Amino acid sequence: MKLELRGVTKKFGDFVANDAIDLVIEPGQIHALLGENGAGKSTLMNVLFGLYEADAGEILIDDVPVQFDGPRQAMEAGIGMVHQHFMLIPVFTVAENVVMGNEPIKMLDLIDTNQARRTVTEISDRFGFDVDPDALIEDLPVGVQQRVEIIKALSRQASILILDEPTAVLTPQETDELMEIMRQLKKAGTSIVFITHKLREVKEVADTITVIRRGKVVGTASPKASQNELAQLMVGHSVALTVEKKPPELKGPALDVHHLCLLDPDGRPLLDDVSLTVERGEILAVAGVQGNGQTELAETLVGLRRPTAGSIKLDNHELAGLSVHDVLAAGVGFVAEDRSTDGMIADFTVAENLVLDQIDEAPFSKAGALDLAAIAEHARHQIEEFDVRTQSADVPISTLSGGNQQKVVLARELSRELRLLIASQPTRGVDVGSIEFIHQRIVAERDVGTPVIIVSTELDEVLALADKIAVMYRGRVVDVVPPTTSRGVLGLMMAGASYEDALKEEAAAAKKTAAKKAVQKGDDHE
Amino acid sequence: MSETTTAPAPTVDQAHNDDHKTPGGARATLIKIIDGSTITSILAVVVALIVGALLIAAADPQVQQTATYLFARPGDFFSTVGTTVADAYSALFQGAVFNIDTSYTVGDFLRPLTNTIAMSVPLIFAGLGLAVGFRSGLFNIGGQGQIILGAVLCGYIGFTFEMPAVLHVLCCFLGALIGGALWGFIPGFLKARTGANEVIVTIMLNSIAAFFLGWLLTLDAFQRPDSNNPVSPPVLESARYPAFFGTSINLGFVLAIAAAIAVWWLLERSTLGFRLRAVGSNPDAARTAGMSVPSVTIWAMTIAGGLCGLAATSQLLTSPFQQLNGDIAGTFGFDAITVALLGRSRPLGTVLAGLLFGGLQAGGYLMQSATGTPIDVILVLKSVIVLLIAAPPLVRAIFHLPDPERRKKHHRASTAAAARSEATA
Repeated sequence: MKLELRGVTKKFGDFVANDAIDLVIEPGQIHALLGENGAGKSTLMNVLFGLYEADAGEILIDDVPVQFDGPRQAMEAGIGMVHQHFMLIPVFTVAENVVMGNEPIKMLDLIDTNQARRTVTEISDRFGFDVDPDALIEDLPVGVQQRVEIIKALSRQASILILDEPTAVLTPQETDELMEIMRQLKKAGTSIVFITHKLREVKEVADTITVIRRGKVVGTASPKASQNELAQLMVGHSVALTVEKKPPELKGPALDVHHLCLLDPDGRPLLDDVSLTVERGEILAVAGVQGNGQTELAETLVGLRRPTAGSIKLDNHELAGLSVHDVLAAGVGFVAEDRSTDGMIADFTVAENLVLDQIDEAPFSKAGALDLAAIAEHARHQIEEFDVRTQSADVPISTLSGGNQQKVVLARELSRELRLLIASQPTRGVDVGSIEFIHQRIVAERDVGTPVIIVSTELDEVLALADKIAVMYRGRVVDVVPPTTSRGVLGLMMAGASYEDALKEEAAAAKKTAAKKAVQKGDDHE
Repeated sequence: MSETTTAPAPTVDQAHNDDHKTPGGARATLIKIIDGSTITSILAVVVALIVGALLIAAADPQVQQTATYLFARPGDFFSTVGTTVADAYSALFQGAVFNIDTSYTVGDFLRPLTNTIAMSVPLIFAGLGLAVGFRSGLFNIGGQGQIILGAVLCGYIGFTFEMPAVLHVLCCFLGALIGGALWGFIPGFLKARTGANEVIVTIMLNSIAAFFLGWLLTLDAFQRPDSNNPVSPPVLESARYPAFFGTSINLGFVLAIAAAIAVWWLLERSTLGFRLRAVGSNPDAARTAGMSVPSVTIWAMTIAGGLCGLAATSQLLTSPFQQLNGDIAGTFGFDAITVALLGRSRPLGTVLAGLLFGGLQAGGYLMQSATGTPIDVILVLKSVIVLLIAAPPLVRAIFHLPDPERRKKHHRASTAAAARSEATA
């Protein structure tokens, strides 16, 4: 099935989200839609899926113009969509979720659960998904939940599958598995529209790349184009994918985490005897597969969780057991991992979000009364300094793109004198242009002598920023290694191997891996 | 897309929750109602009046009679309906705003309006209290109990101690404030310390307060010496709110307006208010920013209770309700919930909604006596307003208004819409 968009335009008031977009999706292709956050990719797909009505332009399937009034018609026409936030009911089983809205009915108007189960098993087997139809969604890892969404779309005979930022929620391993699934679907003849802002993924699986910027198609590229070329198309200027930074100037020990332990309510260890030191003027990157205690480490350091044992000394001042307020007052800046839940208040204005954790302090308040002038002045200054793209300081922060929201969070945390900066996933869901900016600000903070801890599951980010790397596995710090450590060794350590073992194994496996890669490349070119 | 507007609300909340990880759908619903547009509030009132008109017509004996020969002479039926509804609503208006028929003195002319204002005072006080709770993300159903406790302290001070006039009023006012605040503090403290759901605790405390008052009224210290009924002695003259220009408007209304301004300042201009709103919107982010969610919860409930307690002053320190009895709180605690929601938990909105409800009450009496329309219609009007405010999609469907969420640029809106469409698809 061939899908074509001609001159699709979508406006929200004065804001043109999609400006005369032309797009052709050939059958059996993986078509990547690449663009910064807020470039208009999701809006375009929502138009295609019948969720928004286009102001102009038309949609053609196999050269026949079609009109969708809602998702149902789009689905009937063979278009399936997997949203970034899954539309699954956690307490239902996989089979129930897959047939939801399209239930097979048997006698007495009952749902034919066996039929539902067979549907799941059949699709799951065909693509090697390994999904149990009777499992409850809430018990499944995110990657498997995503496969359930894909099964749901395929069970409705989707011949075009739209994946909206599918890798944003996945671990590196799950991302690799998803890539494999995408290749298999392609082999089976399904066209895929792959929306993303991650260059490497695009290069890995896409057949055609369309780059969108500020609501317009700015170019198409082949997957052979270099990351720099793609990035340039996306953001309109050349992007340094590796951060320029000088070697660290160490200025003496600052943070000393000593035998830190944390148990969950069931007594299971979340942090297991973690010891770390960070010096002034140094960036420690905490790497690891998501869910190995990094989140808990950051939350414990900032006082959101109370450690079971151990100490956290910042400049010889004990932080363990203090409230968040006192930890922040001791000079700790914290960029929370989940921006929309913990980092900002969606319906507060940009200006209010910029003073969220400093509202009790001068000059923003005096004797319990807010100083609106000071808050506005602060906002004006920070918006300019951090190049936050917003209509004004008085609009809700939810109207900003992800990258600009994160700039607001960072601007807030860096606006006071810090003795320690902890940034969890500082560039998650952030466009390339903002990533560069955020990385530079973090390095600049290091250069003035602030000790910095970065928690990141993106290996690129870890390697770009780290002066030393702590790898975590099952709540333990496996080892602290130099930033020159290879990706392969880091990967092995993330699976629990010690530094020495990983080095040995890496050397031994070098030949094998090389051979495997050659085979894989052969497969891709088929 | 009509299918989206009639989609079941829980799915929307589901998507909403996934985005924000807010605990429970109640908070999400609350935020939705508070964020609703002014238009929704106004249209809710309009629809309520239309529904009320239908009921007024249906209940009228003359209309019923003309309906029996509807097909023979439809003109009779429709003109009777028209006059019946017009008579009832004009009586309601005259009873609530100004009386066109009597033009003896300016006082007579404006009496309905002054009655409306007087009746709105307890609703404004209690409505403000509930609004503070709502803005902090707390569903305080305990206005009733908080008013009772305010009344107990206010009344006791008012009829027991002899003091100079100004001081006496002040002491009674503070008594009401403290009594209500105490009754608000309890659920706040329990929620902060143990996570006890404030909805359930406040409902329970309503009953406890009512029985507590019933018991107090059997004690010598509270019961009127010359009566066997459970009523207290009247509040002393020195503790009454001074009335203005011989009307039924008194100091209570001025204080209610002052309270509205104070609440506005608290919410919009103070650091405590900033924290209340932050916790109300996103407790996770508030906690991460170093705010103490438990202490904010306790403050919010205590302030909410104090304001509700003040509603008792308009009952006790004003003629003719100057004595404590079992019915002292009426249904103000519950009406105030509607008032606060109709006013979208904004101080100005709450004052206006309080005046509207006061007007309905005041006008309802005249409507009943002048046209024989049952005053229960007023209750129906209030109920329809509650229903429509709690379900904004209903109002939008009636008036074909666009869903504001679908207009937002943010992708969150589109995913929520997607969830709804997919649920119905």
